[in-house]
Amino acid sequence: MNHSESSQSLSLEESAGYDRRILNYIQNAAAHGLYEIRGLGAKRRLPHFDDLVFLGSSLSRYPLEGYREKCTTKTILGTRYAKKPIELEMPITIAGMSFGSLSANVKEAIGLAATEAGTSTTTGDGGMTSEERLSSKTLIYQCLPSRYGFNPDDVRKADAIEIVIGQGAKPGGGGMLLGQKVNPRVAEMRTLPEGIDQRSACRHPDWTGPDDLTIKIQELRELTDWEKPIYVKIGASRTFNDVKLAVHAGADVIVVDGMQGGTAATQSVFIEHVGIPTLAAVRLAVEALEELDMKGKVQLIVSGGIRTGADVAKALAMGADAVSIGQAILMALGCNSETYIQNGTHHSAIADYNALGTAPGYCHHCHTGQCPVGVTTQDAMLEKRLEPHVGARRVKNYLQTLNMELTTIARACGKQNVHHLEREDLVALTIEAAAMARLPLAGTNWIPGWQTGSSF
Amino acid sequence: MDSVIFDLSQTSLREVNQFLHHGANGNPIKIINPDGAHNIAVGLHSPITVEIAGHVGYYAAGMNQLANVTIDGNAGTGVAENMMSGRVHVKGFASVSAGASAQGGLLVIDGNASLRCGISLKGGDIVVGGSVGSFSAFMAQAGRIVICGDAGDAIGDSLYEAVIYIRGTAKSLGADAQFEPMSDSDYQTVGELLAKAGFSHDSKDFKRIASAKRLYHWNADANQDY
Repeated sequence: MNHSESSQSLSLEESAGYDRRILNYIQNAAAHGLYEIRGLGAKRRLPHFDDLVFLGSSLSRYPLEGYREKCTTKTILGTRYAKKPIELEMPITIAGMSFGSLSANVKEAIGLAATEAGTSTTTGDGGMTSEERLSSKTLIYQCLPSRYGFNPDDVRKADAIEIVIGQGAKPGGGGMLLGQKVNPRVAEMRTLPEGIDQRSACRHPDWTGPDDLTIKIQELRELTDWEKPIYVKIGASRTFNDVKLAVHAGADVIVVDGMQGGTAATQSVFIEHVGIPTLAAVRLAVEALEELDMKGKVQLIVSGGIRTGADVAKALAMGADAVSIGQAILMALGCNSETYIQNGTHHSAIADYNALGTAPGYCHHCHTGQCPVGVTTQDAMLEKRLEPHVGARRVKNYLQTLNMELTTIARACGKQNVHHLEREDLVALTIEAAAMARLPLAGTNWIPGWQTGSSF
Repeated sequence: MDSVIFDLSQTSLREVNQFLHHGANGNPIKIINPDGAHNIAVGLHSPITVEIAGHVGYYAAGMNQLANVTIDGNAGTGVAENMMSGRVHVKGFASVSAGASAQGGLLVIDGNASLRCGISLKGGDIVVGGSVGSFSAFMAQAGRIVICGDAGDAIGDSLYEAVIYIRGTAKSLGADAQFEPMSDSDYQTVGELLAKAGFSHDSKDFKRIASAKRLYHWNADANQDY
């Protein structure tokens, strides 16, 4: 028998239910007896903003000149109760990511970029670093269940407070920071022993439900003399009811984070199987605000898988006031790229990806602290691979690109203000997206699961 | 010095807190008719003395820095939560999450404290004259809790470096908590904290509970402890 006959005789019918990915999962579980922990967000294919398109203008709508006529992107958040609302140059903000999961260099780079682009950045589950406060003109301070490093002096230094109920990658779960990232500075900021595998709480220590949250929000307002906006961030799950409860509790701004949202370290079963897609969540959140007649009074920020200017435009058209970006900011900094930049020269990081058992384009090893491009690390050598000013330039370029794409679409839809984008500008390409976003399937007037006159 | 008196039945909470943040000049302050209001005296950040004559609601003296606050009554949820420094004294009973996540200062509760007393504690000291409810000191990271009475279920669950001293009995220990022998420095610590809090118990009657540190690192065999 020759070689070609031998290979033709192999049976290679792969099982749909037990494909190589599932076989690999079962065999890993059998070998280790412990679930996989990883970084970033859901990897599975989900209905998303890619499944929507804008209609643009023609005879029935009038466009704006792309390069001549103004299209404003100014965004104001926190107008409900705060004496000093947040004023931004663009509706694109930077999501909360902790010092601990990210290096101090990265926090500084992000702050510098946000300041130059005229937007806000957000602390994370590790307290506020001096680097990020100094570099960020507008800094949102998170109040998380763990309360690591939570400090009334930092509350007063912040421009707004974000009470984190949950995040899209793991609604109902707390954070994790594995021991290799708990270096002396991280340990001190979090009041923990160095090198332990740190598990953050998933519930706040001093309140348990929406009625308590009302009083907690009032406490933060009293502490800050009612100056600073209070955001409430929820992981997308029962979004319609959660948004209504957050409004009743007194939030100025609600942040809804869909299941594509990232994390520094979480069980992959959690990332892939808990929560709902951003596309469904944004529609539910907007409906909740509309039902309460609070649209425009309480602002909505949407996050979870926002990557492009088109994603931003679609979120705004569906009713969001702004978006928030985490993972794509890390990618702009160099996450998953083949090289890192030192003194203007590119150096290959491929061998370091390989040492982690992965390759550029596939890496989700944020939890290991061995980030080959120096983004999600506390290692003294690796963190030098991200030079703050290089990172800041790249993030600023990225934000600027998104904002230009956003205005390109808005002008094409005839809007002088990106906040004038509306649902009527959108149609869906798939039945799933049409049902989740409650938009007509392109070329039809069909919205699956919706009948005229019904509110649901 | 004459006291500055605020009557919460006549003056708004906002006005009182604004004064405590920016207007207090060192004279003692007395707040009357608190009537269980929430968020009284939150965010104080100067060494002033405040007496609240009556019961208070949630988060009384929350995030306190430097101030000395006495509550002549019972306290609601989260009294002195996230305290950084100073002293808060509840002369009655305290509801759930007393001293939650406190990073410094001393919280004294003359009566009992409810569930989750000292949850997430990060360096503050708490002395409870009576007993504490279940899940007290849950995930407490640093600081000391002295309990002159008993504790409910699961005391010290998932403790880090915080230490609990208990005079009475614990209904059950939480995951990874264990009784440990008292050292001379433990007796001294308890004696000092009792003295500061104004209690006259003998430190020899206290037992020490601390973390067994079995959950500090991932362990595939720990099963449901995670």
